[in-house]
Amino acid sequence: MLKRKITFWRVVLAILLAAGACATVLRFARGLGASTHLTDDFPWGLWIGFDVMCGVMLAAGGFTLTAAVYLFNLMKFKPIVRPTVLTAFLGYLLVVVALLFDLGRGYRIWHPLVMWNPRSVMFEVAWCVTLYTTVLSLEFSGVLFEHFHLYKLLRLRRMILIPLVIAGVMLSTLHQSSLGSLYLIVPNKLHPLWYTPLLPVLFFLSAICVGLAMTIFESSLSSKHLHKQLELPLIQALGRTLLVMLCVYTVVRFQDLLHRGVFHVLSKGGWEVWLFGLEVLLVSVAPIGLLLVPKVRESAKGLYLAAVLCLLGFVTNRMNVAITGMEGSGRQQYIPKWTEMSVTLAIIAFGFLVFALAARYLPIFSHDVASPAIEKSQEVQAEYLELSHVEE
Amino acid sequence: MSKAILYDATLCIGCKMCEQACAEQHGLPYDDNIAAEQRQSDHKYTVVLNQDGKYMRRLCMHCQDPTCASVCPVAAFHKTALGPVVYEASRCIGCRYCMMACPFSVPKYEWNKTWPLVRKCDMCSERVTKGLPTACAEICPTGATKFGERDDLIAEAKDRIAKGQGQYVDHIYGLNEVGGTSTLLLSSVPFEYFGFKPGISTVAPPLLTQGVLSHIPDLVTIGAVGLGGIWWLCNRKEEVAEAEGRQAPKKA
Repeated sequence: MLKRKITFWRVVLAILLAAGACATVLRFARGLGASTHLTDDFPWGLWIGFDVMCGVMLAAGGFTLTAAVYLFNLMKFKPIVRPTVLTAFLGYLLVVVALLFDLGRGYRIWHPLVMWNPRSVMFEVAWCVTLYTTVLSLEFSGVLFEHFHLYKLLRLRRMILIPLVIAGVMLSTLHQSSLGSLYLIVPNKLHPLWYTPLLPVLFFLSAICVGLAMTIFESSLSSKHLHKQLELPLIQALGRTLLVMLCVYTVVRFQDLLHRGVFHVLSKGGWEVWLFGLEVLLVSVAPIGLLLVPKVRESAKGLYLAAVLCLLGFVTNRMNVAITGMEGSGRQQYIPKWTEMSVTLAIIAFGFLVFALAARYLPIFSHDVASPAIEKSQEVQAEYLELSHVEE
Repeated sequence: MSKAILYDATLCIGCKMCEQACAEQHGLPYDDNIAAEQRQSDHKYTVVLNQDGKYMRRLCMHCQDPTCASVCPVAAFHKTALGPVVYEASRCIGCRYCMMACPFSVPKYEWNKTWPLVRKCDMCSERVTKGLPTACAEICPTGATKFGERDDLIAEAKDRIAKGQGQYVDHIYGLNEVGGTSTLLLSSVPFEYFGFKPGISTVAPPLLTQGVLSHIPDLVTIGAVGLGGIWWLCNRKEEVAEAEGRQAPKKA
């Protein structure tokens, strides 16, 4: 599969990780002032706007797909549960890593678990993310139990799987939307194109869209670089669902703008309006336009393109909320420092590296078609032995 | 019983003795360069702004329902019964949500420290607890900064505006802003002139997020029951099929 040789992407990966290491030294030796362009007027930058807000959003495939497969019994999607849960799990771990960079005193990251403030949205997010990362680790544990032939643990996990999935969906619903609620407290600071009481609803709906788009995106990447093929009909079904969800999101987004009467802001111009335009183009116009064409939504390439556009669009949306929309209230423009970008890129690179390694050494892409009805230990055992044999 | 600070810009002569007293009280450096800084920072909790000869003091507003206390995930801020909004540094994780959320952008950060903390005016909470006025009010030579009972100071501010023969803007800043604050400001020019954000609501910002957060327990119970039900309904088909001795319909 992967041969040990120097390839273009490995060189890129090495450079990004090395630059990230330099930035990390600067960050922890000299503090936030020396390693970021954050100021008293602009205290949240790229690490919150991208690494945390987008990171959590891009990990939304986990709860979307586990709900579809285990709760709605759409078993045809089962083959892609594992790569999606792995991405989600990695995503959340990387969000925690990013937080250790961004928090002034990262070594106190556990404080919200013991020093409660139930009035704080951030407190709720901290708890949800902690609990959900635990849920994801348990959901993902099946892969490890299977790999190391721990069948008793595997059976135990199966028994608690449905409650786990339900907890995962609830926790995701709460914190995906709460990332939007974080901004409900700044009506005077966030630009009216993004400040709305519906922020939590919009964040939740977009998380579902992103969950679907990420699954399409990953499936395509995996088939390209890891030669693990996923069936086209599955991706097509995801594409159709994505189309519906994007339409729902777009309707809610524009109804909200209409009801709040902020369309007049658009005539004022300025870079906020341009970035809003870019967001709408990438989130709504382009992917919906593409997916409405039957030829596009039936081809792997067309689906990939639509998914990538949609992902870029929602990344733009999160960055607009966290950075573009907040810049107007500060007295200066914020452009991330190289260290901020370098750490972000290194974290992404690290994520890709771990995913590739996991895909290489763990049974992530094996076609596990076991029906939950098969519970007899011998059958399960035989099946997994057979599967691990196929893996080798 | 709650204490407050009344600052009357028309009495202020811009001597900045309040700045110096504040620095001394909090063990902060103070010299001519720092005196010239026209902004609050981690080493300057209060500042006397000078906008073309018009003065305005900036300091923590000590909101009645403080946004910083509501957003802080570790409850590092709280409002004491006497009025000051105080910060417990040992709790702080450094998320800076307080800085982001404060409607007056008061909390400042020690950006140049490796392990930084949030810094802001604490209304000399230690002194106030002992029954003393704040350092800035004690030193003020003209009475522009006055410390006292909030209710008394409001009455006095109203009286000054009424007797001021139009030299005041007819507005006590902090009487109703964000649900009321323990720092009250009087001015002869509109407050926007000094960079106060226009359109600050009289609703306390914490109520905006509290409305959403209060639905969470309900949402969780409804969601858990609903999702459990969906699972039961969607998976029942196969159980029925098995019970009837048929093979479960293949979905894939």
